[in-house]
Amino acid sequence: MKMDRRRVLKGASGMAVMSLAMAAGLVRPGTARAEAWNKAAFEVKGNLNEAVKALGGSGATESKDIVMSSPDIAENGAVVPFTVTSKVPHTESIALLVEKNPNMLAADFTIPDGTEPWINTRIKMGQTSNVIALVKADGKYYYTSKEVKVTLGGCGG
Amino acid sequence: MADPMKIRAAMVGDKVEVKVLMAHEMETGQRKDAKGATIPAWFIQNVTATVNGRTVLSAEWGPAVAKNPFLSFRFSGAKAGDKVVIAWTDNHGDKRTDEATITA
Repeated sequence: MKMDRRRVLKGASGMAVMSLAMAAGLVRPGTARAEAWNKAAFEVKGNLNEAVKALGGSGATESKDIVMSSPDIAENGAVVPFTVTSKVPHTESIALLVEKNPNMLAADFTIPDGTEPWINTRIKMGQTSNVIALVKADGKYYYTSKEVKVTLGGCGG
Repeated sequence: MADPMKIRAAMVGDKVEVKVLMAHEMETGQRKDAKGATIPAWFIQNVTATVNGRTVLSAEWGPAVAKNPFLSFRFSGAKAGDKVVIAWTDNHGDKRTDEATITA
């Protein structure tokens, strides 16, 4: 009993400290989120709408304001370079998704104010697939997609 | 402890361009070893970049980011001499933080 009471007290005071710190602007909710990992989103398979939902949106619109550049044919699926530029105003995040990978979401970048909506990284592709660049801007989701042919997969053995 | 990251940060006009090369297996959890047993997933999940205490980029990664991940991004509001600090955490809870000074 005594132990339980202590734990409850401890938990309660911990919460109080957290909310105080948040109120004081010491710990911004955004900072706390930075170390979170959206497991549900990383488990979505081959369905853009489900991925958008798991990321907190409700559907995405195709947009010509997102430019994704990559090789058209990737000889080695284990290392495929992608550059994504978003011209959508107020871009908040850029994600890369590979439709035919075992789990489609590869990476999700949060772009704060002052950082260019431009990302260059390398991802793995298991096979020839559509690759989707998903941009969140002003709370809405936009995407562009492109087929990248893979001659040697990077996910299997 | 993982090997250090290679970080380059340089002024390009009034912006800072950062290039990071991390040393990590980024094991997908899809592969099997010679005995047919699945090799467990081992990959970086969170990456953050800060300058003078301000977050300039954060990312959530899955195992589909290539082995020894490369990342490049650009931001404004910093000058040569400032330090870019990059930190990652993997799904084993392993962490690594490295920094680089912005060059002119």
